[in-house]
Amino acid sequence: MTYTQLAVLGVVVVVVLDWFVFRTRLVRRRAFWASYAIVVFFQLVTNGVLTGLRIVRYDGSVIVGSSTPADSAPAFLGDGRIAFAPFEDLLFGFALVVLTQVLWVWAGRRGVQRTPYAGPPRIAMPGAAVDRPVPGSDAQGRRA
Amino acid sequence: MSRLAYVGVLVFVLVGTAWLEVLLRARVYARWRRLLVVLVPVVVVFSTWDLYAIACGHWTFDITRTTGVVFPGGLPLDEVLFFVVVPIASLLTLEAVRAVTCWEVGDEPAGSCVDGVRRDDS
Repeated sequence: MTYTQLAVLGVVVVVVLDWFVFRTRLVRRRAFWASYAIVVFFQLVTNGVLTGLRIVRYDGSVIVGSSTPADSAPAFLGDGRIAFAPFEDLLFGFALVVLTQVLWVWAGRRGVQRTPYAGPPRIAMPGAAVDRPVPGSDAQGRRA
Repeated sequence: MSRLAYVGVLVFVLVGTAWLEVLLRARVYARWRRLLVVLVPVVVVFSTWDLYAIACGHWTFDITRTTGVVFPGGLPLDEVLFFVVVPIASLLTLEAVRAVTCWEVGDEPAGSCVDGVRRDDS
């Protein structure tokens, strides 16, 4: 199989694991997509270094774009690449992140160190949740 | 120096996310046993994919810019560490988002952070 085929298959497999097998259903949660948006930005940066400096080189016959040149950096954008890396790497990274987070939530549900629970932050953060509202007054404390 | 190129990227990721554990109380390292339960299958699955890709020639590594430690099948140590470091960073991010927003992830203990509202500080 080509890298393109495997990368698409990887995304399908982890989404099936998330939805049907582990039933964690992270792909419907905004916490997942918010964290993925942060992760994918840094993936583009770090993967751009690894591929732009040609520490990792790709064979053009198994990706949509062409091979990493022998003597120069690949295209920054275009030729099937985003930030030097084959776009397939984004699918690979998505599969890696989803599998990791599915297993994490699944382990927590099974009682493997569900606690200590995350937060509250030690520092003020924009968009932070309302702290400890009076029980029963959830309509007041809820954020839009 | 160039031998540390790949590892340098990994150190950047580890250092760049460490503050999430401390300042936002992501508590991923604090739950290291749960982290191990996640990392073992993830490293196995993605190292297998990597070994297949190496065997098929999908990608190759400039070994001079890795630690030079290579596992059987041509898998550099650096690449295996990638499958440890990136999952840790992604979990720190997920838990940091939860710590700040209280958005649910699906494993919430009763009476804790629910639906954007922090009900206690456990």
